[in-house]
Amino acid sequence: MPGPAGGEATIRVLRYDPDAGGAPRWQTYRVPYEPMDRVLDALHAIKWRADGTLAFRRSCGHGICGSDAMVINGQNALACKVLIKDLSQPITVEPIRGLPVHKDLVVDMEPFFDAYRKVLPFLVNDDPAPDRERLQSPADRARYDDTTKCILCAACTTSCPVFWGDGQYAGPAAIVNAHRFVFDSRDRASNERLAVLSDKVGAFRCRTVFNCTRACPRDIHVTRAIQEVKSEILKRRV
Amino acid sequence: MSLATRERTQTPAPAGGLELWTWFFMRISGIVLVFLVLGHFTIVHLLGEGVDRVNFAFVAGRWSSPLWQTWDWTMLTLGLIHGANGLRVVIDDYVRRDGLRAALKSALYVASLIFLLLGTLIIVAFDPAKGS
Ligand code: FES
Repeated sequence: MPGPAGGEATIRVLRYDPDAGGAPRWQTYRVPYEPMDRVLDALHAIKWRADGTLAFRRSCGHGICGSDAMVINGQNALACKVLIKDLSQPITVEPIRGLPVHKDLVVDMEPFFDAYRKVLPFLVNDDPAPDRERLQSPADRARYDDTTKCILCAACTTSCPVFWGDGQYAGPAAIVNAHRFVFDSRDRASNERLAVLSDKVGAFRCRTVFNCTRACPRDIHVTRAIQEVKSEILKRRV
Repeated sequence: MSLATRERTQTPAPAGGLELWTWFFMRISGIVLVFLVLGHFTIVHLLGEGVDRVNFAFVAGRWSSPLWQTWDWTMLTLGLIHGANGLRVVIDDYVRRDGLRAALKSALYVASLIFLLLGTLIIVAFDPAKGS
């Protein structure tokens, strides 16, 4: 492993070209890097200077937009948050698993967002509007604070073996976003969300593997949120 | 129809359904089984002369008592259903083809039912006189 001074990184990218067809194949690149360079910087270096055909998504470059989740050295992460110097080489980069690959590191996110939409990820409250804002105590706000941090990068959902195997499971991210509103004291549609998640492909599909918690680049306690949703469904039934 | 004007009242309670209750059953039966199975091992296999004294007469003696009948039957029933539900979940997770999944689950249910009935029959209708 190179020292903190930076050096040259060997990066193996799992590439897939839909026009050429065939199976995905590994391609190796060598890129110089600075001590503070991230995997995203290496991918930029490849795309801008060595091989313009490499396809990947990124937008903010600072861990907020959630577009560059990928499998880096076998672990789901945001390429913009992982420093090259912290990784053992050669660094492997693959598209996130369980979603159809469009090209190289770009996957079809539609199944992921379908599940997300199903849990009504927005505040629902048709009570007459108060004069000022709908007030909430700091304690009530803290109840769902953890799950407000989600950036919908799909690192959790695509690290879940139940999601890989079955392809129908709503997945951790959808449940996290349901949690964010289910435990919001101002919301009025929590039963609808919980009904969606009591379904066969809902929260009870979770086997507490904890891959999602490990994968989350925002350090959300994903598995705990899922368990809280399960016990909330139980509580409202008994 | 905009969200602001949309009629929406809180629906009563989430449906719950099979997945909720099987999930809850797994938690409860798991805890109960820990005590039943560890108790069974301690009493039958460790205490006294241990497993060496277990023979037909020993079993016959135990099953003449309603306590051990109930203990063993509860252990059998909970263990079987707990295990069968675990397998159901594995099949749901990893078998993608509908036909195959239905076939495997049917086989699982039939086998579990047969084992449950056989076990129940042996515990309930056990007749020590037939042994000799
Ligand atoms: S580029 Fe926006 S999260 Fe990484």
